[in-house]
Amino acid sequence: MPMKARGSHLHSEERRTALLALLPSMAVFLVFTVYPIVYSLYLSLFDVSLLGGARTFVGLGNYIKMFSNTDFRVATANTIKYAVGTVPLGAALSMFVAVLLNQKIRGRTLYRIAYFSPVVTSMVAVAIVWIWLLDPYYGLVNALLGKVGISGPEWLASPRWAMVAMIALGIWKSLGYNMVIFLAGLQDVPVEYYESAEIDGANAWQKFRYVTLPLMRGSIGFVMVTSIIKSFQVFGQVYVMTSGGPMNSTMVLVYYIYRQAFEFYRSGYASAVAWFLFAVILVLTVLQRSLLKAQD
Amino acid sequence: MSTSVSIGDSTQRAARARRTRIVSKVASQTLVHAVLIAGAISMVMPFIWMVLTSFKDIGEVFTYTFKWLPSRINLDGYRDVWSEIPFARMFLNSFIVTTAITVGQLITSALAGYAFARLDFPGRDVIFMIYLAAMMVPHQATLIPSFMLIRNLDMVNTYSALILPFIAGPFGAFLIRQFLLSMPRSLEEAAIIDGCSRFRVLTHVVLPLCKPAMVSLGLFQFMFAWNDFMWPLIVTTKMSMRTLQVGLSLLRAEISTEWPMLMAATVLSTLPILIAFIAAQKQFIESVASTGLKY
Repeated sequence: MPMKARGSHLHSEERRTALLALLPSMAVFLVFTVYPIVYSLYLSLFDVSLLGGARTFVGLGNYIKMFSNTDFRVATANTIKYAVGTVPLGAALSMFVAVLLNQKIRGRTLYRIAYFSPVVTSMVAVAIVWIWLLDPYYGLVNALLGKVGISGPEWLASPRWAMVAMIALGIWKSLGYNMVIFLAGLQDVPVEYYESAEIDGANAWQKFRYVTLPLMRGSIGFVMVTSIIKSFQVFGQVYVMTSGGPMNSTMVLVYYIYRQAFEFYRSGYASAVAWFLFAVILVLTVLQRSLLKAQD
Repeated sequence: MSTSVSIGDSTQRAARARRTRIVSKVASQTLVHAVLIAGAISMVMPFIWMVLTSFKDIGEVFTYTFKWLPSRINLDGYRDVWSEIPFARMFLNSFIVTTAITVGQLITSALAGYAFARLDFPGRDVIFMIYLAAMMVPHQATLIPSFMLIRNLDMVNTYSALILPFIAGPFGAFLIRQFLLSMPRSLEEAAIIDGCSRFRVLTHVVLPLCKPAMVSLGLFQFMFAWNDFMWPLIVTTKMSMRTLQVGLSLLRAEISTEWPMLMAATVLSTLPILIAFIAAQKQFIESVASTGLKY
């Protein structure tokens, strides 16, 4: 009897502690994630200004308006262009560097610092530096291109090249992150596999193709998903470098949402676009995860 | 005699084979280094160019005769940053916000991670799964209502607005929980049998064990909070409340021709992160790699 009393006392103390321990996290979660996501779905059904005033129920009107809006379509197309430009090439390059670094060579630490430094620096800071690098007349990039006889384009002022610059920046900025994920994956590939492949006379490419790649499926999947999601959320570099221009050539979804909500104050319409983005990201995540599960 | 010759022969052949192997190894290593160095240079070139420009004279910046190095170390940019733009205030704001978010995250994540890993309460695993799923919600999807909430609470241009939304999050709770699940419980159980409260167990037994995970989380949050841009852009309108990232992005539009000063401001704004990174690069990189664990 006293044992039981003590037991239940311990139990209630455990629950009380759990409640208190989770209180701050759950409060933030409810106030800044659950409530906003639900409320933004609600908002997306109204024609309403961010500044307040009357709200008119429009049902799915905002969504219908969205899909027929030219700027929205351009923003979606540009976002996809950015994703297609950054994700596969970025993953391939970081895999290449990771494989090179995954051996006993001198200066590994230095290399890792060099490749990783763009990851830790802020997008705003690097975007400002890149504007200066890409300056058509006084920038480093065109100066170096000039030395080999190429007259560089106007980069951020050119509707043709601005997106290319965005993609290059995106790859440069996240290469180190992907590289680290790949390096962690490569450490898990048993050395014996390579040794037996060598005995079978496999060359470097064959070892990579038939040993490394299949065993790295998990890491590759992770890098692909996170990269696609990140590329759909690209904002800072667009805000700082081009404001979506020139001629909407770098107008991407998140910048479009930002503009609609915080410059034109169309909070209902912007919420609909935000929900569209959320749905796309959700579908991509779930799809990729189930693909990975099916493979295992 | 003949045997000794053949032995000598085979050792010679083996030596030759070893030599070719070493030569080809050296050759391939050199090639690997050449590729890696070329890559590394392009990775750090923007930073080098940023530093070089920050020491240049405005006249040297706008010249068609391209030059790598400044003709002399010119510190005008570093001087003007403090007088011509409210750099000190921006820096202070970033510092306050980053410190508060990092400390807050460490506390809330330790508490939540401990509860999810060690405490038994109804619905624990369901709550954890839901909380974890929240990591998939992009920040942009919650932006508008969060802003409206902050505005209705009259919190625009306050530190609370900059700090509170990030003071807890599923990633931290997840990181600590996973770490604790990989640790034996025996010490904690002994402490509980000795009559320690769960809270005391957390502060006196669990936390000291969690140090590696806490360092990882701290570095990650520091980096995230220092570099965050979109939310501070939206909830601040006064220059006196701007963080470094927001302030820099606006200044770049205003003073777009004073590149040495702008580069000096950029150098100073990235310095804390770069110093922390180089000092603790191993933990930094591990902390980022640990984000890969969640899949």
